[in-house]
Amino acid sequence: MDYIIEMLDITKEFPGIVANDGVTLQVKKGEIHALLGENGAGKSTLMNVLFGLYQPEKGVIKIRGKEVKIDGPRTANALGIGMVHQHFMLVDTFTVLQNIVLGMETVSGGLLQMEEAREKVDALSEKYGLKVDPDALVSDITVGMQQRVEILKMLYRNNDILIFDEPTAVLTPQEIEELMHTMRGLAAEGKSIIFITHKLNEIMEAADRCTVLRRGKLIGVVDVASATKESLSEMMVGRKVDLEIELQPQAAGEPVLTVENLCVNSHRQGHTKAVVKDVSFQVHRGEIVCIAGIDGNGQTELVHALTGLIHPDSGKVALNGKDITRQSVRYRNTNGLAHIPEDRHKHGLVLDYTLGENLILQRYFTDEFQSHGFLRRDNIIAYANRLIEEFDIRSGQGAVTPARSMSGGNQQKAIVAREIDRDPDLLVAVQPTRGLDVGAIEYIHKKLVEQRDSGKAVLLVSLELDEVMNLSDRILVIYEGSIVADLNPEEITVQELGLYMAGSAPGEAGREVH
Amino acid sequence: MKRPDKLKETILSFLPSILAIVVGLLFGFVILLISNPGQALGGFSTIITGAFRDMRSIGRVMYFATPIVLTGLSVGFAFKTGLFNIGTPGQFIVGAFGAVLIGIKFPQLGSVHWIVALLVSIVFGALWALLPGILKAFANVHEVISSIMMNYIGMYLVNYLVQYNIYDRLRNQSMPVAKSAIIPRMGLDKIFPKSNVNAGFFVAILAVIVIYIILNKTTFGYELKAVGFNRHASKYAGINERRSIVLSMVIAGALAGLGGGLLHLAGTGKYIEVVDVLAAEGFTGIPVALLGMSNPIGILFSGLFIGFLTVGGDYLQLYDYVPEVIDIIVASIIYFSAFALIIRDVIQRRRLRLGGEKEQ
Repeated sequence: MDYIIEMLDITKEFPGIVANDGVTLQVKKGEIHALLGENGAGKSTLMNVLFGLYQPEKGVIKIRGKEVKIDGPRTANALGIGMVHQHFMLVDTFTVLQNIVLGMETVSGGLLQMEEAREKVDALSEKYGLKVDPDALVSDITVGMQQRVEILKMLYRNNDILIFDEPTAVLTPQEIEELMHTMRGLAAEGKSIIFITHKLNEIMEAADRCTVLRRGKLIGVVDVASATKESLSEMMVGRKVDLEIELQPQAAGEPVLTVENLCVNSHRQGHTKAVVKDVSFQVHRGEIVCIAGIDGNGQTELVHALTGLIHPDSGKVALNGKDITRQSVRYRNTNGLAHIPEDRHKHGLVLDYTLGENLILQRYFTDEFQSHGFLRRDNIIAYANRLIEEFDIRSGQGAVTPARSMSGGNQQKAIVAREIDRDPDLLVAVQPTRGLDVGAIEYIHKKLVEQRDSGKAVLLVSLELDEVMNLSDRILVIYEGSIVADLNPEEITVQELGLYMAGSAPGEAGREVH
Repeated sequence: MKRPDKLKETILSFLPSILAIVVGLLFGFVILLISNPGQALGGFSTIITGAFRDMRSIGRVMYFATPIVLTGLSVGFAFKTGLFNIGTPGQFIVGAFGAVLIGIKFPQLGSVHWIVALLVSIVFGALWALLPGILKAFANVHEVISSIMMNYIGMYLVNYLVQYNIYDRLRNQSMPVAKSAIIPRMGLDKIFPKSNVNAGFFVAILAVIVIYIILNKTTFGYELKAVGFNRHASKYAGINERRSIVLSMVIAGALAGLGGGLLHLAGTGKYIEVVDVLAAEGFTGIPVALLGMSNPIGILFSGLFIGFLTVGGDYLQLYDYVPEVIDIIVASIIYFSAFALIIRDVIQRRRLRLGGEKEQ
């Protein structure tokens, strides 16, 4: 059997931990090979070894049957290995074309020869159906197009081994569809693709074979055709995972959150633009209401207006019947509102504080944690230890671990623990499972449903269609700042929801609001 | 098992500072070698030992350290709360003016005269930092820009006010303060005879302790640091982040102002001179804070260390060295202290990265 890449028995250690423990990865020419594992399973380490960023302690790398030593990205590039990083490596102030040729410029007499490059880029984008506007500034184009630029960058360098590091995390459903199509096209052209992900749907859809890692060890290699989502997730997590949630029907109670005619304008660079337009809805006790929409349709501003981070321009927000439109964040925090923020590093955590200090972020001033203005260290530690135990937050040094050094999944768990433990009447959860692996997703979903079942209200904002369909009692679709539909997840299909989110209402199914 | 770990951690965190001092001293030695090779060894040992030759010298170290510990605390406190207070010279001189004004105008205050004068220096210094704080909090004007401008406004304003209120025309400086406004020696003159050390040193230590407690033990410090580390998350947590920024700046200003008061009420012939020069003690606070890693205790020691160099350097003149050489040596140590900060960051980032991977 001819493998284009063989990484045999790779071991990479860091002080105190074996990140890759005798892992073997073999990729055939022209296949899409998925690399599956939870956060911290060693996927990134393995790819960094392949890309020359880390040197393994043990193991052999063979490319096209020849043993090679890869000592840096430059060598990797020369071997035809290219990578689309999870966070794109593009120069915002350059045009698409300039970004593609960067580092590979055609020069004649010290002058750039862009025309030649343009022809080559045009040809490539034609051939693979990667539509881009070569003259647009990268800062002006959508995330999906930025990704296409990254792919073109690899193709421009004649790479034929392409690594995609969690490429779908930032895309809309339609863009994901397109990407899958592109990847299959590339494979058909004989390119070999390594596809790093923890989303099982995408593996089932696009990959030929799949290598599963868990805690640094190789668990197995499977043919996707003969695998099921369940078998894959069991291999990845090491136990059965159940992502299907059966919401027990229960009657919605009193309204907890009432939003009336809410409007938010953004004032940027002198322009005033309405980003939330006349939004009205209610969330009741015992229900999960989901706001579904494509990123950037006003969700962020809506949530910020609800949680007090910005003040709305008009309209009313009421919590438990009391008007809180003009109340401070502190008032809302202490009167039954909790908020799992969209950006855990910007809003959710003070990364330079310890885990313990972060867990008391909204409660440090309560008598439990201070007396006469002095922090009660022992209580803080004890409280942190309880949450660590209860919510299974994993960290190196327990309560005194710097938040910065924790893995993304555990940072998120810490935030979820903090918000839920405050026993809120209304939990606003914004993309609570973004970037997490199935194990953590399952856990967080369970916690949200527990909130609902115990008679609390949950407002979920999500971009993941599966999450939306699975978890909600009601779905509100937001499009360009307006709520365009109020749907019952039982009565619609994912496709219909996708259409609503894209702004085109499918005449049937669901009912229009107002 | 926690304790030794913590101790090791503390020692480790000061390692870059110590490294900086050693390299800085070696560099100083090289300068001595260049400017006068024959005397270099003797001169160098004088720098190291000069401050220990008698009790008077030790007292002088404490005297020199007092104001720069305060300005160092001012800068360090601001750093810890996410602000770069480069306005210490202005706050220092405005605070000094407040103290001297009270010291001259209100001799009837009697035994509490000096205390009142010091309190006024605190208030004046705080007021001088208030505007940069407000601009930062409400208009997002960077505090470096606004506080630099406040330095010059403060300097010229004080020059003007001194000339119109408390002017000694012959010497072009402020008049001497009343006896009752001079900070008492509290027996320090017995232990360290003929030196200028006074109770101001105790005030400095008190300030160090208070700031240490505020930063590390109180909810107030928790808020201030949270805002400094992450303004957005603090807002999310319901902390009034604007108020915190203003208060951080005001406290920093109060510390620098107190430094000015302590120096000018020491009764050592230090007056406010009417010259167009920013107070050196103000800017010296920046290296003191850097060398002390913005840690209040560290700042106390780095302030003492710079005082120690100053005293040792004075004796260097016995060895045919011009006084400027000692300034060069101090400056080189200051340069290396900036490096120390970079070294620490590199070490920390490495450790965090390894720690992060350990998680996985």
